[in-house]
Amino acid sequence: MLEVAGLSKSFGGLHAVRDASLVLAPGEILGLIGPNGAGKTTLFGLISGFIAPDAGTVRLDGAAITGLPPEAICARGLARTFQIVQPFGRLSVRENIAIGAHLHEPRRAAALAAAGTVAGRLGLTDRLDQPARTLTLAGRKRLEVARALATSPRVLLLDEVMAGLNPSEIADLLPLVRAIADSGVGIVMIEHVMQAVVNLCARVCVLNHGSVIARGSPAEIATDARVVEAYLGHGAAARLGRHAA
Amino acid sequence: MAWDLLLPAVLDGLTNGAVYALVALGLTLIYGVLHIINFAHGSLLMLALYAAYFLYSLLGISPYAALPILMPAFFALGYGVQRWIVAPASHGREQNVLMITLGLAIVLDNLALYAFTSTTRSIDLPLAGESIDFGVAVIGVPKLIACAGALLLAGALWLMLARTDLGRAIRAVAREPEGARLVGIRVERIYAITFGIGTACVAASACLLLPSFYVTPQVGYAFVLIAFTTVVLGGMGSLPGALLAGLLLGVIEAVSGLYLGESLGQLGIYAVFILILLFRPTGLFGARAA
Amino acid sequence: MLAALGVLPWLAGSGFWLTSATLVLLYALLGQSWNVLGGYGGQYSFGQALFFGAGAFASGVLQIRLGVNAWLAAALGIGAGAALGAAVGWLVFRYRLRGSYFALVTLAFAELARILVAAFAFTGGGFGLLVPLRRGAATFQFADPRIPYTLLWLVVVGSCLLGLWLERSRFGARLLALRENEAAAQALGVAPVRLKTQAITLSAALAATAGVFYLQIFLFVDSGGGFGPAMSIAALLAPIIGGLGTPFGALYGAVLMHLLGEAAKRVSGHAPGLDLAFYGVILLLMLRFLPAGLAGIGRRDA
Repeated sequence: MLEVAGLSKSFGGLHAVRDASLVLAPGEILGLIGPNGAGKTTLFGLISGFIAPDAGTVRLDGAAITGLPPEAICARGLARTFQIVQPFGRLSVRENIAIGAHLHEPRRAAALAAAGTVAGRLGLTDRLDQPARTLTLAGRKRLEVARALATSPRVLLLDEVMAGLNPSEIADLLPLVRAIADSGVGIVMIEHVMQAVVNLCARVCVLNHGSVIARGSPAEIATDARVVEAYLGHGAAARLGRHAA
Repeated sequence: MAWDLLLPAVLDGLTNGAVYALVALGLTLIYGVLHIINFAHGSLLMLALYAAYFLYSLLGISPYAALPILMPAFFALGYGVQRWIVAPASHGREQNVLMITLGLAIVLDNLALYAFTSTTRSIDLPLAGESIDFGVAVIGVPKLIACAGALLLAGALWLMLARTDLGRAIRAVAREPEGARLVGIRVERIYAITFGIGTACVAASACLLLPSFYVTPQVGYAFVLIAFTTVVLGGMGSLPGALLAGLLLGVIEAVSGLYLGESLGQLGIYAVFILILLFRPTGLFGARAA
Repeated sequence: MLAALGVLPWLAGSGFWLTSATLVLLYALLGQSWNVLGGYGGQYSFGQALFFGAGAFASGVLQIRLGVNAWLAAALGIGAGAALGAAVGWLVFRYRLRGSYFALVTLAFAELARILVAAFAFTGGGFGLLVPLRRGAATFQFADPRIPYTLLWLVVVGSCLLGLWLERSRFGARLLALRENEAAAQALGVAPVRLKTQAITLSAALAATAGVFYLQIFLFVDSGGGFGPAMSIAALLAPIIGGLGTPFGALYGAVLMHLLGEAAKRVSGHAPGLDLAFYGVILLLMLRFLPAGLAGIGRRDA
């Protein structure tokens, strides 16, 4: 349903993303990993319309969405969250989520009710009426997901929704993400928390210096020499190999 | 249009432009470091003009002699305004800063109106009537002094920023406030000092401006948009940019006044302001993002 | 408060109180126009007088120079203000001017209008526009000042209802979302340029309505009074003092400002300046100690 082909973007002389391609099926959770500065968030920006690509195409259910503004891409059914959470601070949790629900629901009361339902799916029910800025980080991460989910997307881009959470909060969030995918939503998730990647993703893409350097299951990725070198530096795979031997 | 009309207009514009540059220097410094727009800049200029006026009319101190008195006094004023009014009331929001400085401008302008009435005041220095004939145009000595003063002040500011420890600290704060804090620079103090320096520049402008100009309670407002236009045109935060932009604006105003008539002369300035903000927000000379 | 203002002239009669209350309503309407864009939308205009003046001058020129019926001229004046709002808004928002830049560019537009209007005799030149006195319902010049007052009161009631609607509608909710975080709103399908342009159009229509009433009540407007900074400042003071982004904030602010202004005038013996300086001090104190305005007193979340 989501096809990204040959996306590239340079800032000045720096290739932030170079010829990146990926394919996502309904209900699939695709992991996107890579060292800091590999271009993962830039790739999300390119797909979701916040950054205009230099080259390449993004297709959603066969239709090109490349170059559309973010609001139009969201309206076509692709929603994203932000790595640095962006709540509407002075609005309540319910009002925050209702903004997402308003995409397809012009009536206020119905949008607020829908927000309540989505909040329930993410365990935010008891915090519905407090201002978003009073949430803990874990709460704000859930709010990011809830708002995006309220737009009824077919594709969801999750940018490090597990980062900064403690292990029990991560364990709480894992089944919620799984449930979203099981409802038919395709998910691409940028994640450093390997517990989450291993648990949720059947397939993983590894990005380094803006290029996709490896694809496969989490187990295949973990033993891929290029991936190990990307994370640990040149020659690391060989050194690790010697230790193992 | 004949050259014998255009050339004097351009020269006249350049001298006015030097004054615009002078006023804009302090504003662009404050923007460059604090990243705030000081809407009270013009009102502080008005206040300094009154101070210079009364120093002359009551104590007989010439505005040029008043420079060493007013610059430190206005440095202290600016320091205090930032430290105890702008910073605490802003709650860290950019739009609040704009509102606070607008509030300050309202208070200052109207207190001046109340205290000094709307009478236009000017002073009569002995050298005010003297002028130098440049062949194509005759320019008054006070305007020439203001011109020279603008260049000197810009140079002094640049030297201070480039060569002194304080200047290095200011530049560090301008670029990376959090980083500067980490290496032990007291960022809030640098902000207040920068605001103070910007305000001292305003005092200098007032001293250089008064002999060839006048003061009313509204004079600050007349200058504030021109000063912003200068800052934006020169590239926000750029000292040489402000200098060049001020001169350019003076010429634009004089020439558009020549073609469109006196009452429409300022039209050119506002049009430039809007066009630059819309289409070239980094300014004419600056590639650096605002 | 609103009801009290509505019945005031019918109880207290005309004269001083009616003039006072008329000014309060005008500033409440102008303040609400600013509040729609600034309070709900987070776009602080420093040139709201642009739209106020556009309403007054457009309806004035149509009546005086082109002989258009006063009511039609009023409607066209409001339309002209709204159209100007849409044009300026589209241009300014399309090029992503926001925050302080938005404030300054609106101020520049208002100044541009002030200079242009003063430059041409057709628009009143340096003197201004004087509507010839012809009392009658057809000329929108009522002999009984309580009639235009009540009309104005109804418009102010409508502007407060508009505030209530903003708090209960998708349009208002999206506007608040934009104010809080533009990128996040965009990611949720909110189109910032279109929405902000709609908001400034609405805001401009309200401000132009205030301008039209100003002209019909005082039968005079000049470039400084219509497009000058005093109106722009009055527009933003009322909602900031009364409560940003609240339905009745602009009204509360306008009432309080008027009472304080009258008090300051008594103290100063009607010397100009002190009342406005007083407003400035209140603005500073509000921003420092009560950022949510009067409406925020007692509220948990400011």
